[in-house]
Amino acid sequence: MMFVPGNNPGMMADAHIYGPDSIMLDLEDSVTITEKDAARLLVYNALRSIDYGTTEMVVRINPLSTPYGKKDVEAVVKAGVDVIRMPKTETADEVRELEAEILRVEKEIGAEGRTQIMAAIESALGVVNAFQIASASKRMMGIALGAEDYSANLKTNRTPGGAELLLARETIVVAARAAGIACFDTVYSNLDDMDSFRKEVELIKTLGFDGKSIINPRQIEVVNSVFVPTEKEINKARAVIAGIREAKAKGSGVISVNGKMVDRPVVLRAERTIALAVAAGVISEEQVL
Amino acid sequence: MRNSKLTSLEEAIRRSGLKNGGTISFHHHFRGGDKVVNMVVDCLAHMGFKDLHLAASSLSDVHEPLIEHIKNGVITRISTSGLRGALADAVSHGLMEQPVVFRSHGGRGSAIASGELKIDVAFLGASAADELGNACGVPRSENAKSICGSLGYALPDARYASHVIVLTDDLVPYPNLPAGIRGADVESVVVVESVGDSSKISAGAIRDSKNPRDILLAKQAAKVVINSGLFKDGFSIQTGTGGASLAVVKYIREEMVSRGIKASFALGGITAHMVKLHEEGLIGRLIDVQSFDKVAAQSIASDPSHVEVSAVEYASGQHTGSATHALDIVILSALEVDTSFNVNVLVGSDGIIRGAIGGHQDTAADSALSIIVCPLLRGRIPCVVPKVTTLITPGSSVDVVVTEYGVAVNPARPEIRERLVAAGIKVVEIDELAAKATAIIGTPDPLPFGDKVVGVVMNRDGSVLDKIYNI
Repeated sequence: MMFVPGNNPGMMADAHIYGPDSIMLDLEDSVTITEKDAARLLVYNALRSIDYGTTEMVVRINPLSTPYGKKDVEAVVKAGVDVIRMPKTETADEVRELEAEILRVEKEIGAEGRTQIMAAIESALGVVNAFQIASASKRMMGIALGAEDYSANLKTNRTPGGAELLLARETIVVAARAAGIACFDTVYSNLDDMDSFRKEVELIKTLGFDGKSIINPRQIEVVNSVFVPTEKEINKARAVIAGIREAKAKGSGVISVNGKMVDRPVVLRAERTIALAVAAGVISEEQVL
Repeated sequence: MRNSKLTSLEEAIRRSGLKNGGTISFHHHFRGGDKVVNMVVDCLAHMGFKDLHLAASSLSDVHEPLIEHIKNGVITRISTSGLRGALADAVSHGLMEQPVVFRSHGGRGSAIASGELKIDVAFLGASAADELGNACGVPRSENAKSICGSLGYALPDARYASHVIVLTDDLVPYPNLPAGIRGADVESVVVVESVGDSSKISAGAIRDSKNPRDILLAKQAAKVVINSGLFKDGFSIQTGTGGASLAVVKYIREEMVSRGIKASFALGGITAHMVKLHEEGLIGRLIDVQSFDKVAAQSIASDPSHVEVSAVEYASGQHTGSATHALDIVILSALEVDTSFNVNVLVGSDGIIRGAIGGHQDTAADSALSIIVCPLLRGRIPCVVPKVTTLITPGSSVDVVVTEYGVAVNPARPEIRERLVAAGIKVVEIDELAAKATAIIGTPDPLPFGDKVVGVVMNRDGSVLDKIYNI
């Protein structure tokens, strides 16, 4: 998910050419108060007129408690955004409040249920309530960590190893899995240190995150190279899937690959590996078997 | 010393027999740091010359003072590869009565060799020279201060001009050999305070572009090279100096290392990137008509497999032994490409001259594969258009166009298209790219050109390709 300032038409015009999975046009922190209205208009027009292809479009709105939040919702829902990202989410009620606001606008334009929600968790209270937030609405598609505000709230600082984020990261992954939605890690802002960026991406992949937020197209390659399954992993997963089909054809409940019995978690992991490989374009649907 | 050719600039000009209406020539190896053109033309104006034809290998921002000399009638005609800055603006607005004649580097070399472009007096700046006129662009003493490396564009002038004056800021003892400019061709040697500012021959040291669009374009172009069918041991390559072109070299290098492929030579304007690959053993020889930075200038001074060639040996269409005829792959940039694959590198989308033909026509025509790297959009300016503002390189010479929205292949090269598609590269039709640009930006208003011809674009065979009108 690539962050793009909502007041920069040059960046908004061609953000999709770099191939991020999703683009988040920002109306919140990267836009100064004096530019909130102009940015909202720009984002509205970008969503309406730019052909972003199959890229998932997300807009980060201002909190509903500010004078801009509801106007943001109205504009981006009408523009047909895929996902609204709510910043600084602390309770399930906030999600439900946003949901009601979205529904009101959707009803106005006859597009009920079209807009999904992603909640950014950026405080201790948000982490404590992570599962309630993740399961607050059917529209919830994911939760994400916002590390700068979170570490400030914890009264600590960001460190290279990210020890201060460990509990929040693990909690967010667990909450997302429990609620059956996706989870995304925070941004890494030092563009000159790609090695440390890679280490962080490897860490959050191990923790179970589905993806990473990025601030520059140069980071896409690193994220993809960490998340895209290797040939070996794909081949192993294919063998498992083939085992399932064979077992089904035989009417057998026991799946075996190379003579070894395969447990259900292994099957699930194999399916996830194949799904990732297809999503990343490494293999096509037809090549799954 | 006996037979010394040393004299003052005024005296050298007097001895040359230059007359009003004559043709004087210059090279542009110091690029934005050149001091010779302005110095010499000031002197000619002071001596009362009028109606001169200035035939430079190229002119840039630094030559703004020529505007006054044109207004005063000292210079009435210009031949060059390019024009930039205030002089280019003034010419575009109709400063001169006679149109500027634009030639490619190879085209200029051919025209000089054939006598079509006859030079009366060549004024050639050199980093070092001896009293008999042996002159070069590399340092030959501790006092060397203006280093430009190869003097490739000056060599046809030195050989074919009726009279040759070498200007240098580092007079060294005879013999200053080996030297590209041979004393036998030189009539006078003039010592001046400075011939050029070598810090301005390039934008600086090796720096990888961090512009994501450049990186994206470079990666696409590298993929095209690697999957073109020509990327094999012993291949040869030329690239430009833009951010994307330099980055292409980086990605090709990675693939050369991993596949164990080596290039036989790199041609053209030589950059620090190419020198690095050469020093790593990945490129056999560097054939250098122009050194694009300090590193390249230093390399040509000390490395015998880094060789200086003249513009004729580099890219003449009339001389079948010129290096472009052996070139496999060239990567070039463009201001505009049109749906017939024609390229414009000279006139901006505002109708103002702001570039140079350089070796574009020559390398595109002679290479086995020419790749144009060009963003679809520069801000609000479409770069893939229905028709180029000015035709510089005919589409028949252009094989592949790389943009951030996909790669277009000239229908005349179906085998290249097939290979790129097989490699999973997104190949699109050039018409689709132009339509996409129009869809995003809209159709720009037509340019308000006048009816006065301010420039004539020559093809490398000496025919006229296009005319540039005042604006």
